[in-house]
Amino acid sequence: MASVGKILRRTFLIGSAAIVGGVAFGAYYVSRPAANPLKPGDGETALSPFVLIDRQGVTLFAPRAEMGQGVMTTWAALIAEELDVELDDIRVLHGPAAAAYYNNALLGEGLPNKGYDISDFQHNLGEALGVIGRSLSLQVTGGSTSMKDGFDRMREAGATARETLKQAAADRLGVDRTQLKTEDGAVIAPDGTRLPYTELAEAAGQIEPRHVGLRDPSDWRLLGRNLPRVDVLGKSTGNAEFGIDVRPEGLKFASVRMNPKLGGVMNGFDDSAAKTMPGVEQVVDLGNGVAVIANNTWLAIQAVEAIDVDWGDAPYPPETDGLFAKIAEAFDDAPNSTMRDDGDVDVLPEGATEISAEYTVPYLAHSTMEPMNATALFTGTKLDLWCGNQAPTLLLARAANTANLDKDAVEIHTSYLGGGFGRRGELDFAEIATKVAMAMPGVPVQTTWSREEDMRHDYYRPGAIARMRGAVKDGQAVLIDGKVAAQSCTQQAVERYTGLPGAGPDKVLVEGLFNQPYAVPNYRISGHIADLSVPVGFWRSVGNSHNGFFHETFMDEMAHAAGRDPLDFRLELANDEHAPSAGVLQAVKEMSGWTGKTPDGVGRGVAMTYSFGTPVAQVIEVVDEDGTIRIAKAWIACDVGLALDPGTVEAQMFGGMIYGLSAAVMGEITFAEGEVEQYNFPDYDALRMHNAPATEVRILETNRHLGGVGEPGTPPSMPALGNALFDLTGERARALPLINQFNLLV
Amino acid sequence: MATNLTINGTSHQVDLPDDVPLLWVLRDELGMTGTKYGCGVAACGACTVHIDGEAVRSCQVALSDVWGDVTTIEGLGTPEAMATIQQSWVDHQVAQCGFCQSGQIMQAAALLAENPSPTDADIDDAMQGNLCRCGTYPRIRAAIHDAASKLKEA
Repeated sequence: MASVGKILRRTFLIGSAAIVGGVAFGAYYVSRPAANPLKPGDGETALSPFVLIDRQGVTLFAPRAEMGQGVMTTWAALIAEELDVELDDIRVLHGPAAAAYYNNALLGEGLPNKGYDISDFQHNLGEALGVIGRSLSLQVTGGSTSMKDGFDRMREAGATARETLKQAAADRLGVDRTQLKTEDGAVIAPDGTRLPYTELAEAAGQIEPRHVGLRDPSDWRLLGRNLPRVDVLGKSTGNAEFGIDVRPEGLKFASVRMNPKLGGVMNGFDDSAAKTMPGVEQVVDLGNGVAVIANNTWLAIQAVEAIDVDWGDAPYPPETDGLFAKIAEAFDDAPNSTMRDDGDVDVLPEGATEISAEYTVPYLAHSTMEPMNATALFTGTKLDLWCGNQAPTLLLARAANTANLDKDAVEIHTSYLGGGFGRRGELDFAEIATKVAMAMPGVPVQTTWSREEDMRHDYYRPGAIARMRGAVKDGQAVLIDGKVAAQSCTQQAVERYTGLPGAGPDKVLVEGLFNQPYAVPNYRISGHIADLSVPVGFWRSVGNSHNGFFHETFMDEMAHAAGRDPLDFRLELANDEHAPSAGVLQAVKEMSGWTGKTPDGVGRGVAMTYSFGTPVAQVIEVVDEDGTIRIAKAWIACDVGLALDPGTVEAQMFGGMIYGLSAAVMGEITFAEGEVEQYNFPDYDALRMHNAPATEVRILETNRHLGGVGEPGTPPSMPALGNALFDLTGERARALPLINQFNLLV
Repeated sequence: MATNLTINGTSHQVDLPDDVPLLWVLRDELGMTGTKYGCGVAACGACTVHIDGEAVRSCQVALSDVWGDVTTIEGLGTPEAMATIQQSWVDHQVAQCGFCQSGQIMQAAALLAENPSPTDADIDDAMQGNLCRCGTYPRIRAAIHDAASKLKEA
């Protein structure tokens, strides 16, 4: 394995390239340099840039999409920490779509280990497999991987840039580089003279980059602290540009309708009424849908809704009941995977009490605040595409294919995302906008989906069923035998992205179920794939979003059957298996003053899910107020290993929890006649100011590896709430959403 | 027929059908994109603006029905000269994706104009029409209390 080890330690090298009036620093890759997205001239070397310095200033590139998780700020801080610049004085941009920004950590998550028990060797192997990311051209923001991916690369880019600028200053001053310091965007000479980086950049571009070691965390002045977000000013003054705000010269506005019987064909349409409506310029036949281009988005929406379309049927059972019957049938087939099979679950340990339960969760929409949209300008030989997106390189390939252009002729401009949650990793909105713009060459066209179109044409979180069997003895869990059945969003996505059928064991289907850090001697988890073609995709925390509910509701049922306090029951099992997971349970116990007893009219529930490398425990408190149940308080503890920006970690933890609680309380996508029955927020609402809990977050840093933060807050919220409702009412929540069973405040 | 509107103190002539909602006049005709489209049915609050100081959903006000002077997020304050409420939003690092925040800030500004010392219950009442899918509510609440105390000191 020596050769693997060698590659592991250096899958990239920080290099530099001269640019007009300055210098760019970034990563070269050992095996093959990827094409430089900054387009160097002839004879210049390809480089993936993270830092660009010219006479105008310092610009940092964040190749991950900013969808609210603070990634632009933290990536910038990783560079700035070593480069000695202040975040106020620099620009941070989304990097252009470029193959060099492949996402190492996302593919590492594909290994069939539980994650928490990962050894350093496996951890390194995971990173080695991440090299595959390059060949698939994955520049994806997802899987809560951004910080794992950027932690070393960004700091090395900053350190290399700093030392190279110092060398340029040393050459100019005729002194040794070691006599120089850096501070606040300048090199400081021994006599105190300041040489701003902007004045050294051009010379630095001519110097072989200097490689140095990274600073010790004890010397950090930015990382580990609450930093002001670089996007907060624009987002507090209406100046931040989202995809829907892009306004190129001469822009036209379009809206679209695709078949609400998802995946069905379009038999024909009558657009005679629409064509004469005010503002309408053109009706576009998309083959499987229609669009209207107008001089105003609202007029386009009115007109596209006035088109009479004959839609073909959906290729799946048309009613919700039929879909869930099909999901249940998947249990009859051999499992797609059995990723945990410890001990022997077929033999009930002597003297043990057996319990079993079946759980069901619905399909869910992402429901981002900003409806799907993209803006395209097609000239016949070139395509410019503006949108918020989570996967610009995949998008580039799809758009090029749609427009029948080489990838070189397509430029992706990534704006802020008005929410992603996995939805903007899909490519449909950009493909449709490209087709619409192709109907009006030379004119930029923004295609915005109505909220109704957005809600009814999602790649939904799959509906899922779990059948759990377990046994307790002497107050302990001695057996867990769980099966989950759902559509595979992984296999469907592989097919969507690559055109090849997805195959093999689907780890995502069982994540959050097979890999939970509890010491139970007989433990088996199987995944069953339901053969259905409802469009499904990656919804914040993905498989963990249903499996967290299944696993942690069942743990509560087992604790109850064992006559134990549900928090102590979990703590004991986690203590023996994974200290950081036990640590977060202990933390919420202390924070909430957990006694296992609650006064009349108050209920408390606990849950813990290990996902994306981070264990998160939550205690939820519910209160009965004259028959209406309010979610009053929440305590969250997470162990992220290293909190690069504690304020951002805190925001992601309570935000992820509220996203999960919203789904748990009222999120449900249902089908009738093949169509989604929810149209808009009144049918598919979420928690709001008056029914979101008061929240306290504690961040622990004992975990050996850097964990994700954007998603792990979501999974434990749903079972914690269900368990709190059991504590309050004595009724067990075995199906979501909870509003169907309990009188919760909405 | 052109309609005359006063927005952030500036007069604009708009030549669009009478029934086009103010939201889409602002965004697509006048290029003032700080006011956001979220639902079109007054269910999310992302399009909130002030008309004569009152917080209204601009997706529900037809062009011909605009009854007074309009203030949008761009008119409340600028990055160089933020309103107190905007400064509190920055100080409390409220925004995540940020898409709903223009509407949240306009709603909060109208609340504080009417009620300089809102309780948590007052905030619940005034803000529950404004949806945030990132779940920034704890920081929105903190920022409103902070702005209230700053305005009292001023």
